[in-house]
Amino acid sequence: MTYLRAIFSSLQRHRMLWPLLALAMIWAVIVVLNPAFFCFTVKDGRVLGGLVDILNRGAPIALIAIGMSLVIATGGIDLSVGAVMAIAGAVAANIISGGALPVWMIIAAGLGTGLFAGLVNGTLVAGLGVQPIVATLILLVAGRGVAQLINDGQIITFQNESFAFLGVGNILGLPTPVWLVAFLLAGLLTLTRKTALGLFIESVGANASASHYVGIPVKSVKLAVYAISGLCAALAGLVATADIQGADANNVGLWIELDAILAVVIGGASLMGGRYSLALAVISALIIQSLNTAIVLSGIPPKFNLVIKAVVIIAVLLLQSSIAQAQLASLRARLTA
Amino acid sequence: MIDSRHTPVLITYALFAALFLLGSLQYEGLGSLRVFLNLFTDNAFLAVTAIGMTFVILSGGIDLSVGSVIAFTGVLTAVLIQAGWPLVTVFPLVLAIGCIFGGGMGLLIHYYKLQPFIVTLAGMFLMRGLAVVVSERSVPIEHEVYDTFNTAGLSLPGGALISSQALLLLIVLLAALVLAHYRRFGTYVYAIGGSPESARLMAVPLARTTIGIYALSSFLAALAGIMFSFYTSSGYALAAVGIELDAIAAVVIGGTLLTGGSGYVIGTLGGVLLMGLVQTYIAFNGSLNSWWTKIVVGILVLVFVCFQRLNTFGEGVGKQKAGTRTAA
Repeated sequence: MTYLRAIFSSLQRHRMLWPLLALAMIWAVIVVLNPAFFCFTVKDGRVLGGLVDILNRGAPIALIAIGMSLVIATGGIDLSVGAVMAIAGAVAANIISGGALPVWMIIAAGLGTGLFAGLVNGTLVAGLGVQPIVATLILLVAGRGVAQLINDGQIITFQNESFAFLGVGNILGLPTPVWLVAFLLAGLLTLTRKTALGLFIESVGANASASHYVGIPVKSVKLAVYAISGLCAALAGLVATADIQGADANNVGLWIELDAILAVVIGGASLMGGRYSLALAVISALIIQSLNTAIVLSGIPPKFNLVIKAVVIIAVLLLQSSIAQAQLASLRARLTA
Repeated sequence: MIDSRHTPVLITYALFAALFLLGSLQYEGLGSLRVFLNLFTDNAFLAVTAIGMTFVILSGGIDLSVGSVIAFTGVLTAVLIQAGWPLVTVFPLVLAIGCIFGGGMGLLIHYYKLQPFIVTLAGMFLMRGLAVVVSERSVPIEHEVYDTFNTAGLSLPGGALISSQALLLLIVLLAALVLAHYRRFGTYVYAIGGSPESARLMAVPLARTTIGIYALSSFLAALAGIMFSFYTSSGYALAAVGIELDAIAAVVIGGTLLTGGSGYVIGTLGGVLLMGLVQTYIAFNGSLNSWWTKIVVGILVLVFVCFQRLNTFGEGVGKQKAGTRTAA
């Protein structure tokens, strides 16, 4: 018995456990609801199936959550990601409808817009010392207005096979967005784990003053994470725009910042900074998407979606809180005594 | 000599006066008492929400749930009235729900040391979700009290009218001013915003005050929800989306420091009026599209935030110390 408990507690200490367990539980529920959900079929060189669908639909949240993880790791937050998605989409759509430019230039323009937006956020936070919530709130409020301005108040639709590939294409049978998530994750994992950047980010989040005194370029690190977050948001915006082959400044990426923050928190990152995991952020994005799918399959009206999400957030927050853990422990002790 | 803490508030009102003057010179009809009073009527629910937000931000917190509370209150009010409940039961009930909901958030924030930002974000989901559960469709309200309220008001010479909405706003404003500056609760709020640690050492009741602050914010948001239901004569679950951001913007434009501890309720009113005037100006202009409102509000927030930073760098207005500045 004590042996089992030792194994259990060592597992408990492993950060991957709870999110993976949650994902497994949701998938188990899905299988019960629809046994054929995880069957794969190959049709016209595309792998089709429920799992591919979850991965594909979860891709924008995952892309944003990856960038958001780094920002939150420095103790910041980026509320502007949805608005940046809209701006990047608007820029790309307008370039496409403007004339025949090569697709790499369209993508570069969209990503450049996101990078610029991220640098604006980063300058406000790192350069002027504005609180991250407020600094990125400015772009959240103004950003959709800017996107509307670029689109001239219209929903810009376009026909461009090679750009649409970003959203609806597939490589080796899997949808392009899934590959993009995989590449972004691999790229940023390499960048943060094979260089000192990851350590710097955690250090800045844990204690900015101390980091400054040991010689870490705190301002540059902050600028970098907001720039990366802007790039990720722009990439998600391009994917969403390519997916519907149109730029809808009002609706693309609406509320996605909340889903992304939720994903990062479920992934066990501390909102106070200093602790993060990119892989867990992606897993948590899948949890959120699977939860959405499970709610649809279970026949619970989709109107309960938000209430369920809210209860999940509160539960996760309480489980992470050391005070709630202590209360639970003393309750357990009293029950077993 | 002007107190430097008052400068941001004065700038907000000076900007308002300048834009009003500019508008009156440019467009016939803008420079009238009627347009001025309409700013109060049309923005009454936003102003009431923003006043509640001022207390939260003064204490160093944030409340993202207010928009959802407005929507939930509106929908519940509409549904209950349609079900034949008397107004004297409906209004106290929804206001009490607001209080309890906000108090609950304050409880989580204080006792479990959770960040206000994430707790109120969850509250935002919860209330929006509950609103959708109550009714997904827009529910019309037909009640004689609603008709009287919407036409009643205080007539002024010259055909202008101080509407019931505006009167209600002024009552809330007066109460909030008293609460902030002449009651112990207000002093506690400023103290916590200045430095929670010092406040604790000075025996400020942190638990009671924190819970009170969020209960007050949600109570005022619920009141704003009732006012919004009067304004639109309906309740809709997807109404008032993004109002929390407008309210925060109004507080910032009104000169309250987002780090807490410094600012004025009266400044927030100035922020709301200035934002409303920008909207009116753009409507009068006609050639500018409505999304310019968002951009101008964004720019205003940016300017005021930068101004706040410069101000605190120079004078050391509140509690900013070298260490906390690098950490922020």
